[in-house]
Amino acid sequence: MLIIGCGNRERGDDGAGILVAERLRELGIEADTRSGQAVDLIEAWKSADDVIVVDAVVTGAPVGTVTAWDGRPPLASVSTTTSTHGLGVAEAIELAHVLDRLPTRLRVYGVEGGRFEPGAGVSPEVLRAVEEVVRRIIADVRALHHDRPNPHNVLLGVGRSSLL
Amino acid sequence: MTGRGTRTIRVDTLARVEGEGSLYIKLVGDRVADVKLKIYEPPRFFEAFLRGRHFSEAPDITARICGICPVAYQMSAVHAIERALGVRIDPAVRLLRRLFYCGEWIESHTLHVYMLHAPDFLGYQDAIAMARDHRAVVEKALRLKKTGNRIVQLLGGREIHPISAAVGGFYKTPTRQQLRDLVDDLQWALEASLETVRWTAGLQFPNFEQDYEFVALRHADEYPFNEGRLVSNRGLDIDAAEYEDHFVELQVKHSNALHSVVRGRGSYLVGPLARFNLNFDKLPEVARQAALDAGLRPPVKNIFRSIVVRAVELVFACAEALRAIREYEPPAAPRAEAPNRIGVGQAITEAPRGILYHRYALDENGLIVTAKIVPPTSQNQKRIEDDLREYAAQLVAWPIEEATWKCEQEVRSYDPCISCATHFLRVVVEREDARG
Repeated sequence: MLIIGCGNRERGDDGAGILVAERLRELGIEADTRSGQAVDLIEAWKSADDVIVVDAVVTGAPVGTVTAWDGRPPLASVSTTTSTHGLGVAEAIELAHVLDRLPTRLRVYGVEGGRFEPGAGVSPEVLRAVEEVVRRIIADVRALHHDRPNPHNVLLGVGRSSLL
Repeated sequence: MTGRGTRTIRVDTLARVEGEGSLYIKLVGDRVADVKLKIYEPPRFFEAFLRGRHFSEAPDITARICGICPVAYQMSAVHAIERALGVRIDPAVRLLRRLFYCGEWIESHTLHVYMLHAPDFLGYQDAIAMARDHRAVVEKALRLKKTGNRIVQLLGGREIHPISAAVGGFYKTPTRQQLRDLVDDLQWALEASLETVRWTAGLQFPNFEQDYEFVALRHADEYPFNEGRLVSNRGLDIDAAEYEDHFVELQVKHSNALHSVVRGRGSYLVGPLARFNLNFDKLPEVARQAALDAGLRPPVKNIFRSIVVRAVELVFACAEALRAIREYEPPAAPRAEAPNRIGVGQAITEAPRGILYHRYALDENGLIVTAKIVPPTSQNQKRIEDDLREYAAQLVAWPIEEATWKCEQEVRSYDPCISCATHFLRVVVEREDARG
């Protein structure tokens, strides 16, 4: 499974995806960080079957709300992801769909952000949401490994014991 | 519709520009009454954030300003600080920095030419719609961009926010073999870039020429990246240290961003068109010939043709990257010593969108006392408004939706990187009744 956290840490809540990826790494789970540019995302997930993408979104929901989408097929509602990076996650999914480059399974976690100015700091609600997304991703990873057991993956136990 | 009515072109959120911005144009009858490119620039957070930090942190901190051109920020930062400290870099480091910049130009220009700008000319709402009909074109763009990514990743040390560039050089320099591994991709990219020039040259361009003051670096021997005098077609010829004597930033009411002007003259244009027009003779033969074959001869005064000039610069960046790889011998040390010293240093480098100015004042402990950063989009902002005042006047007879779309296209020709200068940019156009 490929986990990608998108965003910019220097722009307030836009750093949510990056924070999730860093937290997962602390727990021994591999996670990639990207700015969230569409072209780079498509390249990054090229050879992966199972992909989870985390990014900040603005949907009008309360700050810190976590929304999960199945990225296949592309959902119009995902186009509310913030665009400090031009063509973003939503466009990556749509473009990958057109080019037949979507991974077999793609799950998108959106964390509702409230402030995106440089140096704004991350909202407390978003920090809580980051922990929620981390827990949900760990559950996703465990479910995947339950379906397809991997006796070599002992690191997941670390995540479970420290978080659950 | 024509007549005496007042109309407004309003783009609340400019699509396909980096970041967000807004545009407001007011048409009264057949007259353009007002043009405001609104940019909500947050407090100059990064300049403040740099104060009190050690100079060695500046390349890493400034690289985070922009996800599209982190290399540009690093290059302006390291050169300005090296000037403040009196540090001289190894010629091999200089070559690697040019290669590093080639990677960023390839990434950024590919993104803009294919994904952000081409849909305007082909009549698509966005790159996704375009991809449905022009799949091969988009596939080519993905591969080209990946070639640039590979260079930036190798020299920068990671995928985003490169961390390897340092004052004095790099924390780690590549082996010759690591660079040679890029050659096949770059040779393909060079051919693809030549195709890109031919392809973009065949697009239809609005007839819109302006009398610009073009401002770019100019170097004695090479097409500019990191070094050179700052010159213009109106007699400017200065060192980076003199930048603030000749350019001033003005506060404007409608936008938090500052408007940069040439002292005593006004708006000016930075970026591919300016570089091309002022440095055509410094392009390598393959790029110069591609430009001539595409019908481009300096001075190019039509901003819409920037897409072809970007393609020519793609050819240059690929050819230059191949040259740098051919000539590279690893330096004796990855970076020169950079001892703390009181000093002030300024540098200008050519970001994909135009000149990027940095100034740092350092204290005896190497801590940053003041920092000043002027990104290219801030410098072009007044020029964009001046253009729109002229361009919107040509569009008064058009239905408002089409006029709005055309004005957005004009703004996109500049490839404004609003996330450098600002965060949110929303666009609005308005028409007012002028009767009576």
